[in-house]
Amino acid sequence: MNTVALHPQGATDSAGPASRRIIVGYGFWLFLLSDIIMFSAFFATYAVLSGATDGGPTAAQLFDSRNVAVETACLLASSFACGMASLAVGERNQLWTQIALLATGVLGAAFLALEIKEFESLVARGAGPTRSGFLSAFFTLVGCHGLHITAGLLWLGTMMAQFLAKGFRETIRHRFLCFSLFWHALDIIWIAIFSLVYLNGTRV
Amino acid sequence: MSLARGMRSYLLGLGLAALLTTASFWTATTHVIYGPAIPVAIVVLALAQMGIHLVFFLHITTAPDNTNNVLALAFGILIACLVIFGSLWIMANLNHNMMAAHMASQAL
Amino acid sequence: MFGKLTWQAIPFNEPIALGAAALIGFVMCGVLIWVGVKGYVPYLWREWITSVDHKRIGIMYCLLAMIMLLRGFIDALMMRSQQAMALHSAGFLPPEHYDQIFSAHGTIMIFFVAMPFVIGLMNFAVPLQLGVRDVAFPTLNSVSLWLTAAGSFLVTLSLVVGEFARTGWLAYPPLSELTYSPGVGVDYYLWALEISGIGTLMTGINMATTILKMRAPGLSYTRMPIFCWTSLASNLLIIAAFPILTAVLSMLLLDRYCGFHFFTNEAGGNPMMFVNLIWAWGHPEVYILILPAFGIFSEVISTFSGKPLFGYRSMVAATMVICILSFMVWLHHFFTMGAGGDVNGIFGIMSMVIAVPTGVKIFNWLFTMYGGRVRFTSAMLWSVGFMVTFVIGGMTGVLLAVPPADFILHNSLFLVAHFHNVIIGGVLFGALAGSTYWFPKAFGFKLDERLGKAAFWCWLSGFYLAFMPLYVLGLMGMTRRMQHYDQPQWRPWLLAAAAGVVLILCGIVLQVVQLFVSIRTRDRRREPTGDPWDGRTLEWATASPPPVFNFAVYPNVTGEEPYWGMKQRALESMQLAQEPQYETIEIPRNTPTGFVTAFFAVVTGFAMIWHIWWLVTVGLIGAYATFVVFAWRDVSETEIPAEEVARIDRANRTARAAALQRMAARQKEQEPVA
Repeated sequence: MNTVALHPQGATDSAGPASRRIIVGYGFWLFLLSDIIMFSAFFATYAVLSGATDGGPTAAQLFDSRNVAVETACLLASSFACGMASLAVGERNQLWTQIALLATGVLGAAFLALEIKEFESLVARGAGPTRSGFLSAFFTLVGCHGLHITAGLLWLGTMMAQFLAKGFRETIRHRFLCFSLFWHALDIIWIAIFSLVYLNGTRV
Repeated sequence: MSLARGMRSYLLGLGLAALLTTASFWTATTHVIYGPAIPVAIVVLALAQMGIHLVFFLHITTAPDNTNNVLALAFGILIACLVIFGSLWIMANLNHNMMAAHMASQAL
Repeated sequence: MFGKLTWQAIPFNEPIALGAAALIGFVMCGVLIWVGVKGYVPYLWREWITSVDHKRIGIMYCLLAMIMLLRGFIDALMMRSQQAMALHSAGFLPPEHYDQIFSAHGTIMIFFVAMPFVIGLMNFAVPLQLGVRDVAFPTLNSVSLWLTAAGSFLVTLSLVVGEFARTGWLAYPPLSELTYSPGVGVDYYLWALEISGIGTLMTGINMATTILKMRAPGLSYTRMPIFCWTSLASNLLIIAAFPILTAVLSMLLLDRYCGFHFFTNEAGGNPMMFVNLIWAWGHPEVYILILPAFGIFSEVISTFSGKPLFGYRSMVAATMVICILSFMVWLHHFFTMGAGGDVNGIFGIMSMVIAVPTGVKIFNWLFTMYGGRVRFTSAMLWSVGFMVTFVIGGMTGVLLAVPPADFILHNSLFLVAHFHNVIIGGVLFGALAGSTYWFPKAFGFKLDERLGKAAFWCWLSGFYLAFMPLYVLGLMGMTRRMQHYDQPQWRPWLLAAAAGVVLILCGIVLQVVQLFVSIRTRDRRREPTGDPWDGRTLEWATASPPPVFNFAVYPNVTGEEPYWGMKQRALESMQLAQEPQYETIEIPRNTPTGFVTAFFAVVTGFAMIWHIWWLVTVGLIGAYATFVVFAWRDVSETEIPAEEVARIDRANRTARAAALQRMAARQKEQEPVA
């Protein structure tokens, strides 16, 4: 969509419609905020139900801080790798883009694997999501984040394939901008989760 | 932004985030800090780290062409706070008045 | 192989339900066959189903709303008839059926009538008013439309295969939990809303981005038409509220499907958390509906009073204040649930405060009319009817906001009367005013005014006759959703309400007739310039219907009320503005992505409802594949060459020049002899 009076900067004033990059980025930013609000509903439910253990296992009895620390490290490193990928895309360097994206994916997959193992061990100990309201809320909040990571990994795979197949075309770079916003936002949500769910649940 | 500046931004972000994460984990397990202050400290550290991510990874700044982004973020944060704290307040009030014996609920 | 689905799902043993199912099946198949035989399918596919044009999508949204209005209204007819009959008797609707009817009525009216109507009008008018070519994400727009249609399809399907929820339109647990609703009804409800909720959220993001990042040059925030401001507020609320709906419905789904304990009675569940969260969505939802209606009224009232809107800045401020405050009142929907005086008191006060900016708006509309040359077209009649009706409804709302009063009136017919008062008087009247107002822009000819006015009077009198008795009944102690009752003094009021609903039916019939007659005799009411009402905003600056690219070049806006300024300049100089420099225009390509995504959404939803797990996998893979195919395409736009743009635009300029000549001739006739 282009003709007269397309302004490269944002349309914060009356300069005409903004550039495609700004439009796409802003739209996705709004989506991320809506996602954060959805997570806040899950957080609110977790907060309300955090004591509803029905005589069953509590947070202090179930959560393993070391595992959480490794998961956090994986996700933080994954975010950093994604940042490196952004720089590589900026330089139009296919090799480093693929390497950085691969690192992002591997670290994200490691996070997911650890989380799945944690869930499996909880279920095996009789502390699955059907045991109590607290556990339902825990599994849903953390599981929703995990689902987002899974969707992100699928998206990441698609992006790697698209960069390889179609190069650094504008639409693909915009899509990658959205992916990196998404990935960083997931790390921000994880900060809330490990702080308010795990650390708070297991504090001395 | 240039490669050097970008690199610096991400490295700084990584370093600060790692620092704050370590601080959070230490706060939760240490006996040095006054007990009831620990949740507050964890929250403060978490908020700080979110800020680090926003600035160094998501590049949210206070530049004029970023105003809409900041306003949207503020709106989102407002709604999230209303939902979380509103729900906590309401449900605590309900639980207290309804004296649900099977649900001795503690606030977070 | 087919999960829980068996032939028992079709209501062979319930005559009324079976009759309804047969009717729906007959109508749908009939329409499909007729369309196929007449050869319309290629045209419909190419021009409408795969369209990513905001104007076409807006029209389809409104069409969906109007069709679902008929369905929801039939539910209303059945409820009123049942209640008119059911004194010391069982009426004609067994309780299990009656419960589904009132649940379906509410669900359909809010999610599949009011929302699509309002979203359709925003979709159609906002890009035109902003002076741009389309919304920010046209293909996403198509996905939103078809996901909403998918939701309404599932709700309609529940009539034929299976049953609907019996829980009311908000499905409170524990009644909606598996223990007390083991059938598929609640699942139909949940999946229909989850699917259409995603569509609505996408619309919110789409429109907010459009309004904030895509405006014609010179169209700053303070020059934006007020409808765009209210649309912005409404869409920001969609972005903020719908995620909460998604979350809470997902939690109920997890309870029902996976045995979780969010809202169950046992194992630590808290049913009241559902009520809390669903209303944290539910209250902003009603503001999502009413704010665009307020914007429509602002446009209509200012156009038909021949004056700029009074107090533009205070209107904008009031709108944004309502937007923020709407997130601070939600507890007033459950004052009686056991919160203490402090919580109830604070939310009660906030609920009263939120009436203040609305009052500001009413005064601004009145002052707009004052001193103007008011033309009482049907759109204007809807607006005046709204002002009277909504004020009454708003006042009863402020009354309900007082917790002690609400303790008596909660869930009585007083409440039912209040919310119908504001939703019909506000949202529906606004949607009807807007569709009358913008119909000529969409189709090139006006609707028959006489039939429109007759319909309005039937609606207005019918509404009052149907709902004012409900206020009385509520004060007399009648609870909502009663299938039968034994208080003889209630009966006369219920009979009056039934008569009112018949009047509304006359109004609806007149509107259907109006549509047919207007189309049949459209050449009589064609309006060649594109400006049938002497409008003030940019959508009237282009042809009717607008070309696919809306404007040949972006209009350059230099003052408030952009189009009015253009017209005044043209009138003064007695000639149109200079012909612009025509260039090639790129427009987004049509794509079946939206329709196909919705198809797989229906498959997935249906499979989930009936526990057909292999089909769920098929549906999800199909949806993902659709996305990948869409993401992989190389060509996303088509070009319209400059000569074609010039040809289309020059045709409109000729018509406008002719109109200008006629106006000049008329002015000369009226001038006194020197």
